[in-house]
Amino acid sequence: MAIPLTYNLRNLVVRKTTTTMTALGIGLTVAVLLAILALVGGLRSSLQASGNPLNVLVLRKGTNAELSSGMTRENFQDIKFKRGIATSSSGEPQASLEMVSVINLASVDAPDGINVTLRGLTPTGIGLRDNLKLVAGRWFEPGKREVVVGESIEKRFPDARIGRKLHFGRGDWDVVGIMSVGKGTTNSEIYGDLNQVSADFQRADALSSILARATDPVAAHALINDIKNDPKLNLDAETELEYYQAQTSSGIVIESLGIFVSIIMGVGSSFAAMNTMYAAVARRAQEIGTLRVLGFSRGSILFSFVVESILLAALGGLVGCLLVLPLNGLTTGIGNFITFSEIDFNFRVTAQIMTVGVAFAMLLGAVGGLFPAASASRKEILAALRGI
Amino acid sequence: MTDNVVIQTRNLSKEYIRDEFHVVALQDVDIDIHRSEFVALMGPSGSGKSTLLHLIAAMDAATSGEIRVLGQDLRAMNDRQIARWRNENIGFVFQSFNLIPVLTAIENVELPLKLTHLKKQERIEHAATALQLVGLGDRLRHYPRQLSGGQEQRVAIARAIVTDPALILADEPTGNLDANSAVEVLTLLSRLNKEHSKTIIMVTHDPHAARFASTVRHLEKGALLAEGAVPAD
Repeated sequence: MAIPLTYNLRNLVVRKTTTTMTALGIGLTVAVLLAILALVGGLRSSLQASGNPLNVLVLRKGTNAELSSGMTRENFQDIKFKRGIATSSSGEPQASLEMVSVINLASVDAPDGINVTLRGLTPTGIGLRDNLKLVAGRWFEPGKREVVVGESIEKRFPDARIGRKLHFGRGDWDVVGIMSVGKGTTNSEIYGDLNQVSADFQRADALSSILARATDPVAAHALINDIKNDPKLNLDAETELEYYQAQTSSGIVIESLGIFVSIIMGVGSSFAAMNTMYAAVARRAQEIGTLRVLGFSRGSILFSFVVESILLAALGGLVGCLLVLPLNGLTTGIGNFITFSEIDFNFRVTAQIMTVGVAFAMLLGAVGGLFPAASASRKEILAALRGI
Repeated sequence: MTDNVVIQTRNLSKEYIRDEFHVVALQDVDIDIHRSEFVALMGPSGSGKSTLLHLIAAMDAATSGEIRVLGQDLRAMNDRQIARWRNENIGFVFQSFNLIPVLTAIENVELPLKLTHLKKQERIEHAATALQLVGLGDRLRHYPRQLSGGQEQRVAIARAIVTDPALILADEPTGNLDANSAVEVLTLLSRLNKEHSKTIIMVTHDPHAARFASTVRHLEKGALLAEGAVPAD
């Protein structure tokens, strides 16, 4: 049986200053990792909430983003009557021709402006966005320079409030409403009338994409194959869900960088834990000798000190969780490398992320504690009893 | 080795190098210690008495010679076997008590029982009984810092006897105690020998302490003197 855990816990309490300082060091490392994971988690959650598996997004072949895609009105006529597309109660196909562009808006924290996605669409397109609702004002009217902004846009850009005007295209656009879609990327977009937007940007027949609602998942799959395999169209299609999931690559760079920084800091924290444990081994040499005389094996000593180091680091992990908790729900924005515009989302400090943080801390503790524990277990009994 | 002899050494020697000097700590020691004997090992500093005790407890390895303790050839066992053997057969009492400061009296005494198959409740009961036997039944939840030196040593004795070992080895057990506490501890060891038939080997400088033993053996410059002989000075 192992040396009791009480022995390790009480030793950590007795050395409270050293324990606190080491735990803080490890906590900071864990906090950096958790902040990155919370940021990437928020971004992924936002992107994943944006897609509907029944919505099929059609783009030009060879492109992976609406911004770089090209679509003609003739394409739209070819596609909207394809089999498998749902119809409204009046028999109208549930398909939306859309134009996507990027405009530059100045914000409080970026006076030089930030790229924001502008989408021109029809009422049918609005109907295809699940959970999209107007939270203030009204929808834009066809043929007018009016826009409805996502609620993240409204919060971050002073000019994007109801009653104010945004300047882009060929003139000023009235902000007439604010929309919200829960966690989705629509919160970071501006919607206007398709014909008015495309005319202002002189892209009347150079549009971006088609979004169509399939009747069911089988029909969605068949529709995608139909579009892809139609040689006349030269178009590509995928579900809206797949499209947004592919965009999570924006988070991969940040995530990789964050993990790299965390590993570098983790090496430092590991050394801090190692230092603390070497000091503990030196101070408790006589106790180690006594435990050996009582019959505890070298393996028990090794295990006990590794466990103590892991406990110390786990405490650091909890400190890291506490440090990062205030970030939960905080809104931030990040440039999307595919759409070249900013997506706003919330940090998500979840139980799963915190578990990862504590596990990471425990790993640091195990690595940092291994060498001191090995040195404790290798001590000869008599040398240990003499405090050497 | 007869059934009655629990410790037997032949030509037992221990040498080591310290600061490039060759030191002979123990030289050709032959000794037989019998069951239920209370032996006091005496001698000046550096005479080898503690070294002999450490070799008997398998805390150190002899350079040459033979040593059998409780019928076991200590040289034939590996590290793990020795640890297990020590836990089952040896109770060790240190001069400076060597209690674990972050554990209470009963937790200190329970420690060696962690290596047995006893359940938690049984371990607690055994530890409490051992502490009652040494007169500390009312100090179970006290930490070492809350006890006097004599009480700490009695807790250490309780820890040494809790596994009911065949041998109790004590290295200067009264060295850090005042006269009254020393008498209490020696009386306790004597009781364990007489009432519980424990074989006790005690290293001491103190002739008064040695009087509690049934046999006194002297060492000088690493050699064991003949029974009844004392160092020349």
